[in-house]
Amino acid sequence: MNLDFSDDQKFLQEEARKFLEKENALSRNRSVLENNANVDVELWNKIVELGWTGIRIPEEYSGLGLGHLELCVIAEELGRFLAPVPFSSSVYLFTEAIINYANDDIKKEILPKLVSGEVIGTLAVAEDLQAPTAENITLQSDNNILNGKKIAVPDAEIATHAIVVAKTSSGISLQLVDLNAEGVKIEKQENIDESRGYFSILFENSPSKLIGDETGGWDLYEALMNQAAVLFGYEQIGGSQAALDMAINYSKERYAFGRQIGSFQAIKHKLADMYIALTLAKSNCYYAAWALSTNSADLPSASATARVSATKAYQLCSKENIQTHGGNGFTWEYDCHMFYRRSKLLSLNIGSLSNWREKLVTSLEQSNIN
Amino acid sequence: MDFNDTPEQAKFRKTCRDWLEKNAQLKDSSPSESNFANKDIIKEAKAWQKKKYDAGWAMLHWPKEYGGIGASPIERIIWANEESKFNVPKGIFEIGLGMCGPVMMQYASEEQKERYLPPMAEGKEIWCQLFSEPSAGSDVAGLRSKAVQDGDKWIINGQKVWTSGAHFSDYGILVVRHDPNLEKHKGLTFFFVDMKSPGIEVKPIKQITGGSSFNEVYFTDVEIPDSQRLGEIGDGWKVAITTLMNERLAVGDADGCDVEDAFKWAKTQDNQGEPLLNDKAARESIADWYCEASGLKNTKLRTMSALSKGDTPGPEASITKIVSAGKLQDIGNFGIDSMDMTGMLKTDDPDIRRFQNAWLGAPGLRIAGGTDEILRNIIAERVLGLPQDPRADKGVAYKDIPSGKS
Repeated sequence: MNLDFSDDQKFLQEEARKFLEKENALSRNRSVLENNANVDVELWNKIVELGWTGIRIPEEYSGLGLGHLELCVIAEELGRFLAPVPFSSSVYLFTEAIINYANDDIKKEILPKLVSGEVIGTLAVAEDLQAPTAENITLQSDNNILNGKKIAVPDAEIATHAIVVAKTSSGISLQLVDLNAEGVKIEKQENIDESRGYFSILFENSPSKLIGDETGGWDLYEALMNQAAVLFGYEQIGGSQAALDMAINYSKERYAFGRQIGSFQAIKHKLADMYIALTLAKSNCYYAAWALSTNSADLPSASATARVSATKAYQLCSKENIQTHGGNGFTWEYDCHMFYRRSKLLSLNIGSLSNWREKLVTSLEQSNIN
Repeated sequence: MDFNDTPEQAKFRKTCRDWLEKNAQLKDSSPSESNFANKDIIKEAKAWQKKKYDAGWAMLHWPKEYGGIGASPIERIIWANEESKFNVPKGIFEIGLGMCGPVMMQYASEEQKERYLPPMAEGKEIWCQLFSEPSAGSDVAGLRSKAVQDGDKWIINGQKVWTSGAHFSDYGILVVRHDPNLEKHKGLTFFFVDMKSPGIEVKPIKQITGGSSFNEVYFTDVEIPDSQRLGEIGDGWKVAITTLMNERLAVGDADGCDVEDAFKWAKTQDNQGEPLLNDKAARESIADWYCEASGLKNTKLRTMSALSKGDTPGPEASITKIVSAGKLQDIGNFGIDSMDMTGMLKTDDPDIRRFQNAWLGAPGLRIAGGTDEILRNIIAERVLGLPQDPRADKGVAYKDIPSGKS
């Protein structure tokens, strides 16, 4: 019985934390937010230098050839410091899709460049102001020529490539697109967490390469989401812990009615509830990390469980952190709002809470718990 | 990360399993309903305890001289894990073995340990815990039962309440006030007492479930020899804390119904012409309960991982009772509501009975062994490090503390 990370993995996490602390990742996040910069390129380049973008990439493609567990501990730290970098888009989504679904030629071309930083990827799915489904995708792929528009694509400006979910004559497919290719037009879309940029991408007769097959793209997309949910879950528990820590510290420093506000039961119970939500989410993320790293048949339910509880924990911790800070928590000056914003971004980036609850119950129906 | 036993653990698990298979029945799918007040259950529980004791399983983590086999914490968990898969009587010895045993182990004399611990482990003698009083629940140190020293004995007068199993117990551990002129926590002293002593009267309390697992216990001029004092005079609170720490572990998970029951029920229960499981609100509730149930299960696995490596577990386990008691109440409510206006009716259907029993029993679970509110205070103060409440009774002699109507 060992539901815990190894000493090497814990060491990696410790190093990641020290690095992000030294780099003042949290103040970098504020500066990206305030300057409409969409990303901190300098921090991203340092992360590439550390080799984090190649953690899961096999050594034959110049990566580190490590597993998902190593990625989980890094994700937790990126989440804790709100690192304003396209790591989730490029690593959890794009890189994983290439590793899992692309042919050897594409892997040879793309994977080493993801390690070196020459390639940065993202994933383009949504088209309307609603949840994307296999039925409502209209962006067309005809013989690997794309026409149509995607919206709410994170990190598309710094990205060099995207995986695009497209409709073919026979179904849904995943298409790899070089974003510098002809007919690709990227436009900024304002969003409620400007520490990460969102963009629309218009494709007009843009060339693409097929990943997987012409019809089964939606299943590949769903499988990719099941993996990504675990990694997003780790970012979410990292952020939840940071928000809880902020609330704890403030409730000890702040005095009202002649005493520390942390001595009031109203505050204690609020913070205890945050701890409870976080502990449940963390334990579920551990199990999902195991399921991911061993490709267990439990992955769909384990990842949805981790995702639902991590989303709930982060939403609770980030909003109650503001509440604990009172009027100060509502100011731009305090960091509380950055966690609030990021909790929303992470909770929607791969589908909403209600979508993941539905996936969870569907997976229970399929595995028939009893 | 892996879920495999080490070779030694696997071997130990097999030994447990082999013995259990020979001596007990594997659980079938129908849940057993235990009844605390039922005398036959006591007889069965005693027989099962004795069987385990003779084979060394009763209190396997205790030292050999008191009836254990000196098992490690992880071996204890492996045993409990295997035993839970079998249909065996429960609910009689948990308090004695889980709370009274550890306190006797730590504070009783060597001679007393040799006298009392083996029969406790064997199930020959049942123990209860006499802490709460009518005016001292969450604030248990506010208790007022009196102990007056008289030579080498003490005279006890007062009343205890919410005493689980007092009606079938042979001994009890007891905390009482020896000096009301001292501050609240400082005037307490701890004893163990023979429940057959003259002057002890036990009256069962009828609970909202209709059952009676708790009692009022009256003490009228009850004599306890000074040799049955545990800890120094005035150390009662310190000794009580040892017990309360163990209580939280002993109370733990809520038995009854869980998300699996809600899920199975929703698959077959009709909701306006469709299975209830097709209802969006039902699906969202089931998803949330499943996340809570898994969260607790995986939290336990993390605790076990720490024990397995010989580390001290973190404070994660402190969330168990709060989460499981609340979930039990909500699931009971879900099952009852799903029958709309007929949900009120008592029927023979065991599923319906289970939802109703859960709903009626859950309020007790949210209170027993530390209320939801006290447990949140404990998490906030001991785990998150928040400051204590300023207390109106600090630095005040017990007799001068306002106590309201009583």
